Amino acid sequence: MVFVGSDGRLTVPTAVKIVIAGGFGTGKTTMVGSVSEIPPLKTEELLTEAGVHVDDLAGIEGKDTTTVALDFGRITINTKVVLYLFGTPGQNRFWFMWDELATGAIGAVVLVDTRRLDSSFPSIDFFEHRGIPFVVAVNCFDGAQLYTVDEVRHALDLDDGIPVVLCDARDRESSKSVLVGLIQHSMNRLEAAV
Amino acid sequence: MTAREDWWYDEAAGPLVRPYAMVRGRTRPNAPDLHLVTQVRASSFASDQTSLTVEHREIMALCARPLSVAEVAAYLDVPLVVVKVLLSDLIERGDVIVQNSSPQIPDRDLLQAVLDGVRGI
Ligand SMILES: Nc1nc2c(ncn2[C@@H]2O[C@H](COP(=O)(O)OP(=O)(O)OP(=O)(O)O)[C@@H](O)[C@H]2O)c(=O)[nH]1
Ligand SMILES: [Mg+2]
Repeated sequence: MVFVGSDGRLTVPTAVKIVIAGGFGTGKTTMVGSVSEIPPLKTEELLTEAGVHVDDLAGIEGKDTTTVALDFGRITINTKVVLYLFGTPGQNRFWFMWDELATGAIGAVVLVDTRRLDSSFPSIDFFEHRGIPFVVAVNCFDGAQLYTVDEVRHALDLDDGIPVVLCDARDRESSKSVLVGLIQHSMNRLEAAV
Repeated sequence: MTAREDWWYDEAAGPLVRPYAMVRGRTRPNAPDLHLVTQVRASSFASDQTSLTVEHREIMALCARPLSVAEVAAYLDVPLVVVKVLLSDLIERGDVIVQNSSPQIPDRDLLQAVLDGVRGI
């Protein structure tokens, strides 16, 4: 591990992140909140009215802007490492944010609601195409466990290598075990690559 | 005050007014790479703060402990693009230290540390 950023007396920790993705209303914010040590925070990116990302303030005075919010939580691993959990924005059209979120991430949890499986297709496509490790977590909304893990795997056309687990995003232990599964999956992928 | 300066404080002009006022439309072409999780922290050699704006000083207070750029933006309640400009000012002055690397995929040891940490919460 390399720790950069220092004034001789102070250093900053190494930051790592995990993306919590999935379709609209699948429980992303709920999962972030159930494992985070702080109540989920919100941060906003600026967009022009046309939906273009504003990454430079020059020349935008007087133009109409709007914002897209990201929510995130934090787990302090130790004095040298801090983990951030980012929920993706509900609307899939803000792909520029997904790129920023995915860069350097340990991996992603794709939350799935079996009543609306298709709403998580774009998330799965995104991580598959970028070769980012991910696990699929089926959020068991009350009485909505309509399918088995194998049926979900088949319906989502997932490779055998992609872990699929059942979870309750409101439950801390359940969400924790999803994260543990993802980190182990990332470690296995890393080992397989060398 | 010119009409142009008035505009900065015109409530009717929408959500851009306050952020724009804070940074006066400045950009930082040579600024360090600031990502969502980039860690920043107030330097122990911080210079005289009397010339700083309220927002800069708020950031200095927040960063008494290490925080990510995203956390600073959330606590300050301003868009990321604005907080990046403010942070760049402070980094340039040497008042804030920064993790000067873009996010990299963690190696095995780091993943193991994160795994142990998550198991332990
Ligand atoms: N019964 C049940 N309800 C849940 C569960 N997870 C989330 N919910 C509820 O489902 C709703 C949506 O959850 P959110 O966490 O806001 O979902 P989200 O994915 O962040 O939603 P968007 O950001 O709007 O896409 C909320 O009312 C939650 O309380 C779960 O595991 N079981
Ligand atoms: Mg949400």
